[in-house]
Formats: sequence, structure tokens, C-alpha cells
Amino acid sequence: MISSLLAVEIPYWGQSLLRVLGGLVAVLLPAGMIVYVFLFKMMSFMQSRLGPMEAGPYGSMQLLAEVSKWLQKEDIIPENADAKIFKIAPIIVLASTFLLVVVVPFGPDAWMTNFQAGVFYALAIGSVSVIGILIAGYSSANKYSYLGGLRAAGQLIAYELPMVLAVVGVVIQAGSMNLQQIVVAQNTQEIFGLDWIGFPFVLTQFVGFLIFMIAVQAELTQAPFDMPIAESELVSGYMTEYSGFRFLIFFIGEFATAGVFAFIASILFLGGWGVPFSWFGWDTIDSVDNWMNVVGPLIMFSKMTLLVGIIMWVRFSYPRFREDQLQRFAWKVLIPVSLANIAVTAILKVAV
Amino acid sequence: MNALLLAADVNVAQNIGFYIIAAIMLYAAFSVVSTKNVVHAALWLVVVLGGVAAQYILAAAEFVAVSQVMVYIGAVMVLFLFGIMLTRASIGADTDVNNKDWKLGIPVGLVFFGVLVYTVVDAFEGTVIVEPSAAQIASSTTLISDGYLGDYLIPLIALSFVLLAAAVGAIVLARKD
Repeated sequence: MISSLLAVEIPYWGQSLLRVLGGLVAVLLPAGMIVYVFLFKMMSFMQSRLGPMEAGPYGSMQLLAEVSKWLQKEDIIPENADAKIFKIAPIIVLASTFLLVVVVPFGPDAWMTNFQAGVFYALAIGSVSVIGILIAGYSSANKYSYLGGLRAAGQLIAYELPMVLAVVGVVIQAGSMNLQQIVVAQNTQEIFGLDWIGFPFVLTQFVGFLIFMIAVQAELTQAPFDMPIAESELVSGYMTEYSGFRFLIFFIGEFATAGVFAFIASILFLGGWGVPFSWFGWDTIDSVDNWMNVVGPLIMFSKMTLLVGIIMWVRFSYPRFREDQLQRFAWKVLIPVSLANIAVTAILKVAV
Repeated sequence: MNALLLAADVNVAQNIGFYIIAAIMLYAAFSVVSTKNVVHAALWLVVVLGGVAAQYILAAAEFVAVSQVMVYIGAVMVLFLFGIMLTRASIGADTDVNNKDWKLGIPVGLVFFGVLVYTVVDAFEGTVIVEPSAAQIASSTTLISDGYLGDYLIPLIALSFVLLAAAVGAIVLARKD
């Protein structure tokens, strides 16, 4: 019944419109959810307090209050700042998040673009936000911002490499860089002769998964990797001079990127939108029932919540790395381990 | 040899997109050399390189386009900006960005442009490039990887030795002890 209901032919313009709206929802909904559930509530409970309680039931309308507060604040640009670049910088950061979600598939047909080099695209676009952060630090004409920008760039360059290398193991196992095909590979293969759990790559690529999540934590500059915005020494790094809606854009960008990276991690390691295809007797992507276009995004959303929960849990639990410890950890631990992971995966792929 | 180009052979939307992106790239390229601030020049260069990536997408070469973004915008330009910020970034106009012999660059640029135009016209004059099918676009990434791990394996290994030498050299230069 439901599957025949959803089998409507949508014209091309309608599909495009749905994809654009879906992209907006896929970026902004997780951002709002993360800020309320994790930043407001979970952090408060871990610190033995209640968090926002006044606006709406259990403070659930707090987000609207915060956003409207930021929107009506004055847009202050420092006198010595490079005004044009100062204005562009937060937009570059948020735009890179929107460009990132474009390759994420949420169901058999619920994708925005079915890019062949999807993983590669996601990693490449992920590095564009560094430019926004660097020029935010430069254009503020403030030495704290400047130091924060430099630290952020150094950190993001260092942790991008283990991230790319961790993904290579998944690409070798799936035999494709297309995110859709990585999902299909995880839900059609079987492990140890068990055909009812599919084959989420976290089982064989657990090392890769750990490295990827650590690198995501560092890319998002969440504690323990928040040296670039360390408030006790740099005020708040490259964001120091930003106020009003420009700060809001940075803020949304930070948590939206957390959501999108969690989406990508859930596709690479946890099986993405799919359920094991054998449950419903599907064999290929074309035979998947249409209702997966509705259930798929929900599955993705719950996996994303789980992964962001881990990211935030770590963020609220650990003290900050020192700058030299942070660089040493990336170059001397994560990169060698991920290279070894690639070598082992490649050998096993050829041998088995 | 000069086949008549039919209207059906021309992808109008692609051509319009090409010229819009090309115009943006030209403007950005002139801004790179005419702006008075080094950081602004670097950012205009980002626009030019992004435009190149967009042109690759228009030509259905998505893997090359993504590589362009990864290597040039994500790595080279970030290192440029990082280097500028570590050494000399000042807000406002710099006084000494222009070399006094900058006019010598114009004939070099023109000669380079002439050579490029000549080679492209010589190689492709009169050929109508058929639009690739969806299946061909879908397998382009596979074709590239098969190419450089198959027929071009020896050049790939040779190139990786060049990179290794560069990395070793950088470490030798950077280490003081």
C-alpha cells in the first residue's frame, strides 16, 4: 500500500525542488537538534544543572529565542578590519557545509547528486572551510584572531590527512568511491556467513572508524582539539571580533558541519540509510522499495544522532590538548596507523 | 575536414555556463595581478582555481574537478595564505607588491597564450566532440584509476620518487640539529 502510494512520478523540476529543500533540512535540522539536545541539555546534565528551562516546555524554544537575539544585534565591524573579507569569511564556512551535504545519499532515490567520486568530493570540500577560517582570523585585525586563524589552519591541515587515509580502507573494501555504492556494498555483502546483519564496515575497519572520528573531532575544533578557539588564552580565536548574525553563521556552521560529518561517517562505517537487503528480498539498488526513501532518512538521522552524541560526549569530558601534543598526535600516531590500516586492508582484499 | 557544426551538436546550456564561468575567471585573474593587497590576490586566485574546477564539471570530468579542488584550493591556496599570514600580511594596501620589471611579464604571457591556442587549434580543429553518455561519465573515475595503475604505472612510480625526494629535502632543510 505505502510503496504504491510513494511510487508517484515526480517531474524533473519537482525533484530538483525537493532536493534543494531536502539539502536545507539536512543541514539545518541536525544543527538545531545538536545545539538543543547536546549543547543545552546533555552538557547541563553532565555538569549537574538543568540548562535552559524557561522558554517552552523544558526550554525547547530556547533556540528560537537565541536566534532572534543574535539577529537583532548590531553588525559590528572593527575599524581596522578588512571589511570585505571580514564579511565573506563566515559565509565561506557555512557554504562549504551546504556543498558537503550535496553528496550524502539519504535513500535509494533521496540523494541530491549521485557523484561518482563522492567520498573524494566530501573530503575536498571539507578542506575549503579552512580558507574561511584563515581569512576570518586575518581580516579581524586582532592578534588573538590572527593566532586563532593560524592555529586552526595548522590543525585542520594536520588532521585532514589521517581523515583521507582512514577513508581509503573503506573505499578499498567497497570497491567504489560513490557513497551510494558504499551503502549498497555494506548491505549486500555478508560477514562470517551471517547474512542477516549486512556488513557494516565498522566491523572490519574499526581502526579506520576510530581515526576518522578523531579527525572529525579535530576538524570541527571541538574539545579536546579546541586550541584554535581556546577561550582562556585567545578569547575565542578567529571568532573573537564577530557578533550578531555573522557569529550566528559561524555557530550554525560549526554544528551543521558536525551533523554532516556524522552523516558521512554513518554512511562510510555504519551502513548508511540501508537495512540488509536480504531482509526484504532485494538484491540490487534498483529493487529497493520506494518506502526506503522515507525510512532511509530516519535511519540516517538516528545514526547521525548517535555519532554526534559520541562527539559531544568526548567534547564535554576531556581537557584541551596543547598545540605541540596535538600536532605530534596527528603526524606521529594517526598517520602511521592509518597507513598501516590501508596496507593491511589492501593485502587482505587481494588475498581473501 | 571542416565539418559544419550543426545546432543539434551544440549543448547550449553548457556553452552559456562556460562563458559565464570564463568571464568570472578572467575578471578574477586580472584582479590577482592588479590588486594592491597580497591576501586579496590569493583570494582572487582561489576564485580562478574554483572556476577551473567548475569548467571541469561542465566537461563531465568530475574526478579531475574534485582533484582540482582538493589539491589547489584545499592544499596549495591554504598553504599560500598560511605562508602570507606567517610572514607579512598587513591589512590595507601594500606598497611594494609590484616588481619594477612587471612589464616584462606581458610578452611572456602572450607567448604562452599563443602556444596554447596554437596547440589546441592544431589538435582539435574541426573535430566535433560527441557528448559522453551517462554510462561513460559514470565510469570515468574507474577509467582514470585503471589508467594510472595499469598503463601508466611506471610514470606514477617515478613521480612518487620525485615527491619522496621533495619530502626528504624539506625535512633536511627544516631540521636544525
